[in-house]
Formats: sequence, C-alpha cells, structure tokens
Amino acid sequence: MYRYDQYDQEIVDARVEEFRDQARRRLAGEMTEDQFKPLRLMNGLYLQLHAYMLRVAVPYGTMSGKQMRMLGHIARKYDKGYGHFTTRQNIQYNWIKLEDAADILAELATVEMHAIQTSGNCIRNISSDQYAGAAADEIADPRPWAELLRQWSTFHPEFTYLPRKFKIAVIASAEDRAAMRLHDIGIELVKRDGKVGAKFFVGGGMGRTPMIAPEIKDFVPEEELISYAEACLRVYNRYGRRDNKYKARIKILVHEIGADEYRRQVEEEFAHMKTLGIDPPVAELARIRTYFADPAYETGLSDAVDRSDPDFALWIDQNVVTHKQPGYAIVNISLKPVGGIPGDASADQIELIADLTERYSLDEVRVTHAQNIVLPYVKKADLYALWQQLDEAGLGAPNLGLITDMIACPGLDYCSLANARAIPVAQKIADRFADPARQRDLGELKLKISGCINACGHHHAGHIGILGVDRKGVENYQLLLGGSGAEDASIGTITGPGFGEDGIVDAIEKVTDLYVAERQEGERFLDTYRRLGMKPFKEAIYG
Amino acid sequence: MILLTGNDLASGDVIWWTGSGWSRHVGEAVDAGSEADAILARESAARNVNAGYSVEAEATASGPLPLHIKERIRASGPTVRADLAINTAIPIVRA
Repeated sequence: MYRYDQYDQEIVDARVEEFRDQARRRLAGEMTEDQFKPLRLMNGLYLQLHAYMLRVAVPYGTMSGKQMRMLGHIARKYDKGYGHFTTRQNIQYNWIKLEDAADILAELATVEMHAIQTSGNCIRNISSDQYAGAAADEIADPRPWAELLRQWSTFHPEFTYLPRKFKIAVIASAEDRAAMRLHDIGIELVKRDGKVGAKFFVGGGMGRTPMIAPEIKDFVPEEELISYAEACLRVYNRYGRRDNKYKARIKILVHEIGADEYRRQVEEEFAHMKTLGIDPPVAELARIRTYFADPAYETGLSDAVDRSDPDFALWIDQNVVTHKQPGYAIVNISLKPVGGIPGDASADQIELIADLTERYSLDEVRVTHAQNIVLPYVKKADLYALWQQLDEAGLGAPNLGLITDMIACPGLDYCSLANARAIPVAQKIADRFADPARQRDLGELKLKISGCINACGHHHAGHIGILGVDRKGVENYQLLLGGSGAEDASIGTITGPGFGEDGIVDAIEKVTDLYVAERQEGERFLDTYRRLGMKPFKEAIYG
Repeated sequence: MILLTGNDLASGDVIWWTGSGWSRHVGEAVDAGSEADAILARESAARNVNAGYSVEAEATASGPLPLHIKERIRASGPTVRADLAINTAIPIVRA
C-alpha cells in the first residue's frame, strides 16, 4: 500500500500545527464561531447533535494494521470507546472535544492519516473497490489511479472552493462494488489495445436529486488522466450554480446543459489543458504503482477448506469471496450484527481487527462503502482460526449482502441535518428478519436507510430504500423499491404514502413476502421487482 | 416557554440555560422568555455557549421539555445507546 514520502508527511504535519493554533485561538476567544467553522470543517471537525464529530479520511478505504489500531486507540482515548465506519469508506467519531482535536490529528499523522477534505466544497476522499488488488475480476488495481487523483486533488488551490462537495470513485471491474455511477465523477478502468485507460462517467449522485452519471469519455489514457479530470472540474467550477445550494452539484449542471454539451465543453478545456503540461510523468504513476504491487503470496497452497463446523460453513458461503491468488480468500467482516448499529465498531473490535490484519491479511485491511470491513489477503488455511476469533468478538455475522446487512446513516440519533432516526428502524428490521435461514432464503437484498434527503444512507440505491422525513414534527418513513448502486445502477421509486416506525417494518415484510411468492428460479429481489413492476408491490403494501 | 441551548465550546457537550449558567440537564433549564436574544448574545460573547439558539418547549411534570424531537434527542442522548444517555426518562415523542 501507499506510504507517505517526505512531502506528504510535511504537508500533514504542518496542517496539524496550523489547526492547533486555530483551535487555540478559538478557545481563547480570538476567533468567532463564524470565523472558525470553515477552518474546523476543512479538518473534518463538525459540530453535530451531541458534540463535535471528527471524520477521518481512509483513502480508497485501504489501511494497514497499524493505522487500524490507531483508529481503535482514538476511539478509546478521545471518544466513548467506538467509531462509526461510513459510506465513504471513512470513520467518524461522535464525541470529540475541541480541546483534544489537534492532539488527535497529531496522533493520526504519526501513522500517515488525517482528516483533510472530509468536509467542505472540495474533492472529498476518493473511494474505490474494497476488493482492489485481490479481486479475480479486475483488469488492474484501481488504487494507484485513486492515489494519483488523491495527490492531485489534495489542497488543489483551484478546487478548494467548488460550488459544492465533489466525490470521485475509481473501479476496475465490470462488477461495480463502489456505487461508481452515483458519484460526481465515476471512473472505470478499461482495457483497449492492451493498454489500461479510464472511462469517465460524470454527473451522478444521490441527495435530493438522484442521478446516474452518463458516460462522458470512453477512454482516457493514463498519461492524460489528470488533465482530463482537471478539465471536468474546470467546466463545473466555472458554470456550476453557486446561487442555489440545492442545484450546485455537478449532476445538475450536466443534466441542465445535457451530457453532449458538457462533453463538448470538457473536450474544449481538455485540449487547452494538454498544452499546459500539468500531467505528471508516466513514471510517477509507475512509482505509485510499485506501492500496490502484489504482496508476497505463498505459493503451492491448498484451496481446501474444512467445512465440518456448520456455522463456519455458513460464514464461508456468505462472507468469503474468491481471490485471484490460489490458496487465498477475501474475507468480509460484517459490522451488522442483529441488534447492533450498522457501521459501528468498539475500540476493542477495531484493535482486534488490527491484530487480525497483521496476523492473517498481510497487514492490509479495507473499509467498504457498505460499512463493513474486508481482510483482502487471507490464506484459506487460516480461515477457521480467523472466523473463531471474529465470532467470539461479535464480528462473525454471516450476512453479507443479505437483508440485515443494511446501510444506515447515523440519522437523528447523531446528525444535526437528519429529520428522522435511521438506526432504530434498521434494528427493528434486523429483529424481524433475524432468522438466518429466512435471510438466506431472501438472498441478495440491499436495504439502505437515510434519515434525511441528503441520502448518506444511499436509500435511492437500495433494492429496498427507506427515507426518513419529518412530518409535522413526527418521524415518517417513505419506502422506495428498485434502486441499485451496482453495475445495473438505478434509482428507486417511492411506493406511496409513508409509514411510522413500526409500519415501515410491516411494509417491508409485505414486500419480501410478495417477492417470495412471485420469484422465478434464480431471481434476486431486484430482478423480480424489475420484471413485475411497482403495481403488485404497491397493492401488497397498501391493499 | 423558550429554552436556550447550544454546545459547550471546549467539550462540545449539549448545554441548557439555567438562569444563572449552563447545565447538561434540560430539567434544570428555565424559560428565557423575552430575554432570549440578549442572553444568547451575552453568553456567546463570553464563550459560555457555542452556536447557541432558542427552542420552543413545554412545562411537564418532570420539568421543561423541548417540543421538537430533535431537541428532545439532544436532551436525552442517542436513543440507541442507553449507556451514553444523559436521561433515558425523557419521552422522545410528544404525548
């Protein structure tokens, strides 16, 4: 994985000291909150419902065991013993003290981490496929490209005050595990004439106006990646709306002028950009790529796994994924135990994952946009020992991709923007569908819950989505069906009038009951919904 | 009645105006009435409260309670972590 060079470290260390002085001045009364707020937000420090919240960046979701251990240490020392993994592959701490914030950032800097660009109208943490480098179906490791974009976008002076925040995802396989087309820029690495290049999708997003990004460019060679990305951003920066926050994302610009016109303007800018010589030499991408070279795999390993323990066999079938290297497997650690809080992990659990990362996964761990954890390099011979330790720590839920593996935003329990609670709804649904056999019978079912229209819980992209709204001071939940964040991306449709907290659980059960009754051989819930359409589901829900 | 709330500048804790200072317990809050804006201006300038604002509330048998669910959750703590709650007895949904 990538390691900081001298410049990376100096930049991050300098930023910590700059923020330390800013926080000191705020506490001493030398700055008002209005003056301090944009400065703290640039360092990931929000003021949330109960306290300050610190969002720490995990570039493309990749960390070492040492970095993961630091996240556990911060949870224990500065927070209330836990952290919340987010849909941008980051982690948030809910109970941070302003007087501790600079010390936390200093501790993060010792392990090459920071909270820069986790807030504000800038290019945010770049996300990627959690199986990058290990997936059997990828054409290249997308992370060197993501890292190059990270370096380009960090403190980019032209893009520090964009019309709105800007999110980029990079994937390298036909199966989209990163909701790529629901990003401001989605990049899919593709091969042409033996060369790897980037296919650009621009103008996707969720929020109050969900859009699937149209393809803008079918192939950008690696030596022109930065100038093309810069051209995309420049057109947006010039013409994106700054007069209306709700129309300021790039998706609105692309939608309003049309993909063809946006593409034309980008091409014009791109032609200009290429004359400026801003693209780094190809050798730089090659240098970055060396950090992501395959780890030192053992060879000649057996692929056999003893499945005699039935609970272990269940977990293998649901949470373990095929690896490109014989004798190895990709392990998904679910942070969605029934009764738990989606994405939350205690300091003890985080530190255990750090230990297991070092012991079993060649010192690398990933955070997923679905709020789970991945150990990407596990020997099949170690799976049973690993599973036993995970299970003992409450991390062995065998539910990846099933109805209880829900995405849920913090909602009104933590978030000052939220209109309704998301976590209690997730817990009630998990209780209703707690039977593991029932979950497996329902099969792949992506259920996603947001506590407000900002859609941090990706409700538009759920096979079943739930949106919490405030109806005259009372929480109300709208139900959506038919969304997908995968390669078959689609936006869910609202079924009709919303429900109370218990009613929404009943409605979901009616929907899944209809699916069970109507599904054809091999159909997932989403397939059945797409075949039948909304009508029968609506009738089942509302009678 | 009108309650004043905000966050403690250094710790970030939710706090409520008691008439003579700030408390973490909404039960100790008092009606700020027509003095709300003046109190907030004075207390913000003195850094006794950060990002302060006023909320509508009602008097109940167990003390003052904000009308809106968001403020009730601020007063009670996260409803999904009883171990971290300030006061689990606060009804989140108005009767």
